[in-house]
Formats: sequence, structure tokens, C-alpha cells
Amino acid sequence: MTIDWVHFTPWSSLAGGALIGLAATLFILLSGRIAGISGVIGGLMRPGKGDVLWRVAFITGLVIAPVLFQAAFEQPDIDVEASTLTLIAAGVLVGIGTRYGSGCTSGHGVCGLSRRSPRSLVATAAFMASGFLTVFVIRHLLG
Amino acid sequence: MKLLSAFVAGLIFGLGLILSGMANPSKVIAFLDLAGPWDPSLAFVMGGAIAVGSVGFYFASKRSRAVLGDVMRMPTATRIDRPLVLGSLAFGAGWGLAGYCPGPAVATLLSGRSEPLIFVLAMLAGMALYEMQTRFSGKPQ
Repeated sequence: MTIDWVHFTPWSSLAGGALIGLAATLFILLSGRIAGISGVIGGLMRPGKGDVLWRVAFITGLVIAPVLFQAAFEQPDIDVEASTLTLIAAGVLVGIGTRYGSGCTSGHGVCGLSRRSPRSLVATAAFMASGFLTVFVIRHLLG
Repeated sequence: MKLLSAFVAGLIFGLGLILSGMANPSKVIAFLDLAGPWDPSLAFVMGGAIAVGSVGFYFASKRSRAVLGDVMRMPTATRIDRPLVLGSLAFGAGWGLAGYCPGPAVATLLSGRSEPLIFVLAMLAGMALYEMQTRFSGKPQ
């Protein structure tokens, strides 16, 4: 294994991760809810009374964040290699998978592991392993 | 106040995604590519998030109500079942294909690029498929 030292950003990644943990902390302590993005969005598809506006508020904050970041600091790097067809296939897999699996990187990976949930540990191990394998197949077997 | 709490949580979450590099799909794929020149940064994102989150969830677990008065909605499921594992495997495959998980894709919707929009629309379609399947099979979830 070779480390890509040029692109390795330990400090900003650690600081950004701490902010994500802070957001999850505020949300569970203030509102009693899990800051899991797939759950927040997916819940809009079965709207209950009093269950819609907070989801919209959360998503609004999430969407506005990069605009503020860009105004205060710099334009963040975003590079996407995937083709349109790949993006569509990936989106459908992520949509179905996170709903059946009850969570994504935030709900299981951050919140679930923070509260030491065995279910989230299994889910995180599964999607990490599957992610590693998928990239290996695409980049090194097919690529 | 409750809406403000959700808004601020989403905002800080999004700032964290951008600052950490997690919102950049090529950086995500560089982390998932163990056989290539490996960028371990995302392990630091998870580490930072879990270090802070563990403190928050420790205090949250001691409370029966949230600070703003709502009941604590801690997940109650404990069974490690087939939907959990198969769903997570499918999610990981989609994550590896494009480098997007739900948060970063939604957070970059206003970036002026078409990729997050295409991905999010497809993701919503996937979620709708799940809704249809679970409703027709009559299984409450």
C-alpha cells in the first residue's frame, strides 16, 4: 500500500469530522433525533404530522452550508469522475440500500458508532467493504 | 426553536462535510481505493466525528427528553438482519461507483454542477422504490 501524501489532509479532515460530530451532538441533545441524512430525506416520503418542517429545515441548512463556506473561505474542490449513467446507477443503489439498511455514512457511521450500536457496526463494515471492493473492481479489474 | 435546531445542525453538518473533503467524490474514491495511491483522510473524518459524537451520545443516553422538550428518538432496533446487511452492501457499491453518499450529494446541490443533481434525483427514485416495495408487501418499517 502506498500513501498519497500529496492529497492527504489530516488536519482539515479531522476538523471537518469534529464539526460533523458536533452537528450530530447538537441534534440529538436539542431535538432528540439522529442526524442521519438518508433517514432525514427518506422520512419525507412518509410524512407524518409535525414531521416535515424539521426535515426541510435540516436539509436547507445542509444545502446552504457550501454557499457560506465559499463566501467565507474559498471554493471547495469538487471533482467527479463518474459518467451520467454511473451517477444514476450509483444514486439508485444508494437510495435503495440506505433505506433497507436503515442508514448511511452519517446515521450508521457517525451516530451509530458514536453510540456503540452493534447494528451500525455491522452496517458500517458492510458498506465500507462493499465500497472498497467496488472501487477495486472498477479501477483495477475493469479499468 | 426546534426548526432552528434542525437548521443549525444541518448547517454545521454541511460545513463539516465541505471542510473535511468528504464532499469531493474523487477524494472519497481515493480513500476507497486501497490498491491505488491511498488517501487516508476520510478515516480522520470518521475519527473526528466519532470522537466528538461519542461525548454527545453519552450525555444524550442519560436523558429521557431532549433539551427542547421532544422525546429522545434513539433507534430501538437491535436485530442484525438481512435488510440491514444487504442494504448496506448495496449502499457501499453505489458509494464506490460515484464517490457520493447522501450528505455530500445533497450539500453540493447548489454548486452549479449537474452531477449532484443527477445523483440526488436517482437516489430519491431509489428511495421511492423502497417505499413502494415495502408498502405493497404490507411490511411496516
